[in-house]
Amino acid sequence: MTGRNMPIHLRLLGHAWPYRWLLLLTLAATAATTAMQVATPQLLKFAVDTGFDITNTYNESGEIIDSVVDGNMGTLALVSVLLLAAAALRGVFTYGQSYLGEKMGQSIAYDFRNQIFDHLQHLSYAYHDNSEIGQIMSRATQDVEGVRMFVGMAVVRLLSIVALVGVSAAFMLSLNVKVALVALAFMPVIAIQSGAVSLWMRPMWLKVQDLHGQISTVLQENLTGMRVVKAFSREEHEQEKFDKKAQELFDVSFRTTLIQAWNNPTMLSLWLLSMGLVFWVGAREINAGNMTPGDMVAFQVYLTLLQMPVRMLGFIVNMFARAHSAGERIFEILDAESAVVDAPGAKPIDVTRGEVEFDDVSFGYDAATSVLQDVTIHAQPGEMIALLGPTGSGKSTVVNLLPRFYDVTTGAVRIDGQDVRDATIDSLREAIGIVQQDVFLFPATIRDNIRYGHPEATDEEVEVAAKAARIHDFIESMPDKYETWVGERGSTLSGGQRQRVAIARTILLNPRVLVFDDSTSSVDMRTEFLIQEALNNLMEGRTTFVIAQRLRTVQQADQIIVLHDGMIVERGKHDVLLEAGGLYREIYDLELRDQEEARAAVEPS
Amino acid sequence: MGMWHGGTSAAGWGGRGSWDSVGRGGRGRADGWDYEELGNLYDWALMKRLLPYLAPYKGRVALVLIAMVGTALAQYSQPFIIGKGLETAIRSNDLGALNTVGITLVGLAIFAWITQVVVQLLSGWIAQKLLYHLRNDVFAHMQKLSLSFYDAEEVGRVMSRLTSDVTVMQELLTSGMLNVLTDIAGLVIVVAFMFLLDAQLAVVSLSTVPILVLFMAIWQRYAQRAFIRVRLAIAQVNSNINQNVSGIRVVQSMRREDVNLKEFGQLNEENRQSNLYAMRLQASVMPMVEILSTISTVLVVVFIGIRLFNGTLDPSSAAAFALAFVLFIQRFFTPIRDIVLQYTMLQRAMAGAHRVFEVLDTKPEIVDAEDPIELGDVEGRVDFNHVNFEYLTDVPVLRDFDLHVAPGETVALVGHTGAGKTSVTALINRSYEIQGGTIEIDGKDLTKLVRKSLTRRMSVVLQEPYLFSGPIAENIRYGRLDATREEIEQVAEAVGASEFIERLPDGYDAELKEGGKNLSIGQRQLIAFARAVVAEPRIIILDEATAHVDTQTERIIQRALKVVLANRTSFVIAHRLSTIRDADRIVMMRNGEIVEIGTHDELMANEDVYADFYRMTFTSHGDVADEVMFDPTATT
Repeated sequence: MTGRNMPIHLRLLGHAWPYRWLLLLTLAATAATTAMQVATPQLLKFAVDTGFDITNTYNESGEIIDSVVDGNMGTLALVSVLLLAAAALRGVFTYGQSYLGEKMGQSIAYDFRNQIFDHLQHLSYAYHDNSEIGQIMSRATQDVEGVRMFVGMAVVRLLSIVALVGVSAAFMLSLNVKVALVALAFMPVIAIQSGAVSLWMRPMWLKVQDLHGQISTVLQENLTGMRVVKAFSREEHEQEKFDKKAQELFDVSFRTTLIQAWNNPTMLSLWLLSMGLVFWVGAREINAGNMTPGDMVAFQVYLTLLQMPVRMLGFIVNMFARAHSAGERIFEILDAESAVVDAPGAKPIDVTRGEVEFDDVSFGYDAATSVLQDVTIHAQPGEMIALLGPTGSGKSTVVNLLPRFYDVTTGAVRIDGQDVRDATIDSLREAIGIVQQDVFLFPATIRDNIRYGHPEATDEEVEVAAKAARIHDFIESMPDKYETWVGERGSTLSGGQRQRVAIARTILLNPRVLVFDDSTSSVDMRTEFLIQEALNNLMEGRTTFVIAQRLRTVQQADQIIVLHDGMIVERGKHDVLLEAGGLYREIYDLELRDQEEARAAVEPS
Repeated sequence: MGMWHGGTSAAGWGGRGSWDSVGRGGRGRADGWDYEELGNLYDWALMKRLLPYLAPYKGRVALVLIAMVGTALAQYSQPFIIGKGLETAIRSNDLGALNTVGITLVGLAIFAWITQVVVQLLSGWIAQKLLYHLRNDVFAHMQKLSLSFYDAEEVGRVMSRLTSDVTVMQELLTSGMLNVLTDIAGLVIVVAFMFLLDAQLAVVSLSTVPILVLFMAIWQRYAQRAFIRVRLAIAQVNSNINQNVSGIRVVQSMRREDVNLKEFGQLNEENRQSNLYAMRLQASVMPMVEILSTISTVLVVVFIGIRLFNGTLDPSSAAAFALAFVLFIQRFFTPIRDIVLQYTMLQRAMAGAHRVFEVLDTKPEIVDAEDPIELGDVEGRVDFNHVNFEYLTDVPVLRDFDLHVAPGETVALVGHTGAGKTSVTALINRSYEIQGGTIEIDGKDLTKLVRKSLTRRMSVVLQEPYLFSGPIAENIRYGRLDATREEIEQVAEAVGASEFIERLPDGYDAELKEGGKNLSIGQRQLIAFARAVVAEPRIIILDEATAHVDTQTERIIQRALKVVLANRTSFVIAHRLSTIRDADRIVMMRNGEIVEIGTHDELMANEDVYADFYRMTFTSHGDVADEVMFDPTATT
């Protein structure tokens, strides 16, 4: 990717390249606005000096003795028309400037969001394992917003302010150098102060934001853990925790108030002061005959005109600073490279039989840690392989290598003799169906959830899959049937129901090879039954890898692979392993035996 | 800061809270306007409730108002003084008079500085203090609300009461009201000065104001909807990203990337379009203000010209009037525009305030009786005397539940989901009110006790243990705040948690993430055991976890259970076979009633409900059922 070493601001502007014509148009509108803005004071001067056209005569002591009015309505009418025309054009151009700038900003934000979204989708598990959703979200929201403000507003406004101040300064200097210098003397002071204060306050605002986050966390934990709070009657303790954060927030917020309470009045007063001094010096110039009353009008209107834009420099400086950190964080995502990509010349995989081989596979998330070592598994077409072992033994990792959620470090994974790394990721994942342990459903209807992986499936196909997954009857019992809304993370369904929906959506994909990571949550007897049936339907005729939790599944398996610390320690069938008295026996005693014993109780003796 | 350029940047409005606004809109589909967002500004009852919040600061508020008037005077008298000064300068060469004007102007600038500092300092302080108290009040009230409230409410929704709604309510009370008052005071003052200078020109300059007000009034109705549309759009965009990242494993395994990008692209486009629409509205205000203020200016110039040419205006006043009125016009258009803009903001704030009061008005269901009794030392006897209980009216959960437990006894509650086991345990520490019968601890009625004293000798371990972010030691200490470090370590040792804790790099000071996510579920359970035991409870309530844990941890947990339950009156919602068999008595429940009581052996011998349940639950699926239900021909 090009431009990685470019300064962030330039890189951001690089993303504005597709909108260069829009940018040019915005700048043109800005220039036209500026021209129309500086015209007003000049026209007012013209109205007073030429339109009214008053000639005063003074005596030696400087008292006025006579005034001759030579003006006429014709000139005033002309000025009026020009003033109105300038205002109308200014209106049009300001509108254009704001709208076009916004359009550019929004379009760039749009592009960034799409890019971030798409890039995130293609980053491998290794990336997502290590990133927090809150972090990603704040990049996709606040940081994109920061960039939008930078491109859509800061850049354009900065140019427009520079132009406005420059042109106004030139006009003022042409009117009267002395008065102009007085007027302009305040500009750098106001600009620098507002910029400096803005930069000074930035860390405080960040601190305020951070504290808001901390308060939210305290609150969220309090609400989520309300049962614990109530159980131990810890309401006061919680209140203290909250109060501490609220107090901290008050302190920091008040510190920002202190700075503002000094800064804002200073800004206002400096402006009032500059108008006062310009008047004072200007009036003396009028008396000395170096300036006309019209010039005074023009000067005062120029000052009014420049007030807001110059004060805005503070915000703009802030936007530049914000865009820097925002850009950095956004590019962190966009520059992240997926550990798993299609190899050059990758071909679609051709899976007919479904033979799966793990050939001396080792894997580690980084060079230092090894998660799997020398794992060799050979699954014949249609076989069921049960993976067993304590948490952290590497069961999930084994199955994650199959669809290339991670790539092996050494060794190879092959399906029907083809190395998965030589296949296109798309075709590979099409051939493999996965039911994950922590079933994730989307906030959509049940129907849309079932056809999640196959969006063009017909209603009939969805129903057939639901029947096979033994969830159809339940769905039909709901008032909205297949249109039943599944809430966030599928929270409106029970664990067993979620699992069966997941099975249905996998059935619909009709994969050749299947991975089933059994849920650990216990369900009632009937549900367990339904799940088992659904699973049997799903496994039929497919090579299946099961991370097993249930005795029955384990007993059914063609091969049981027992893992410990990333290595295969035992393999074989249930009876053989039970005899061997190794790790399998241990797991059996602690976790599966209950099931066995209870079975013994019901078997007639 | 009066910068309304940021109006469309809706994403920044709610900050972190903004994602949950999707949840609030039901399914988050933008099928209509979110009228909940539109408050009613003329809700006087609500206004009346709001004002008392300012009462503690009334002295300061008064001072702010006075200082505001001072600033307005300084700011709006300036065009008047400059105009008058220009007149003087044209009429004579009197440097003395000119210097007086100059010094007055400098003085005014300084005066404005002082009054502004007072305004900003005090109003900022009031705003922050008010927010602080509001937050604490709402939080305190939330602590008092019973579990029944939280059963019905989503966490996200409740949270936004305390994050965004409280903030807009404070804005309403401080900057909202104060800004409007300042703007109104400023307008009155500027109009007064205009009339003081010249009545006719004042009328002429103000002639365009009605048009501006009318325009803004119509405008704000469209703008409000446009901004709501923007907010909904960005909320959808954000929640879609959130969804997709959370479900990335499913997305990748089901190859949904292209479909999702297309869907996201549509939401993203809708967001762009709604922002552009809002911008078109927003950008239309400036031209309107420009044109109307220029019309006023032109009218002033023309009227001065007419009076000048027909001799009714002193020529030396012409330039002065022109200057003064041009400056006046520049200044009074801003507050008028702002007042109308405030309207939308105030409306939104009223809606926020309304929601905050909704929480504050919710009455805690469980409050201590008058003159409640301290429980003191507990022996551990628990009596349920014919208890009836329901969460919802007419949906009984427990019926005539009668159970008497001796001190030190372990009772296992068994039954299917919905049998009422959890309700029994939730009633012992009075998490809910019962509708009939009594519950007694050591013969004392729960409703007559200080609830806090009740929970002091009672510990609860939930099925999914909730831990707080912070050090492990603090999490254990949660059970008894004055527990020493030594006691904490002893307890951790006793329940078998010390082994893994000590292996962590920071040991007992290791920081847990939210919910204890950085520990395995088994480890979390062990910490929850330690937390329960450190409280030195006489009564323990335990909802046994169902999630499978690894072999090693399972062994430790089973051992820990014995420590936790030893010598204490215990109620266990049991899932493990060993726990059930070790219980002194098993209470078999069905539909809120006790159907059988006895030891494991007794109940098995009974060959009734428990025996059936036992076989069903602890038999691996398939074994009975395959044969009985699906293959009737098979024989055993």
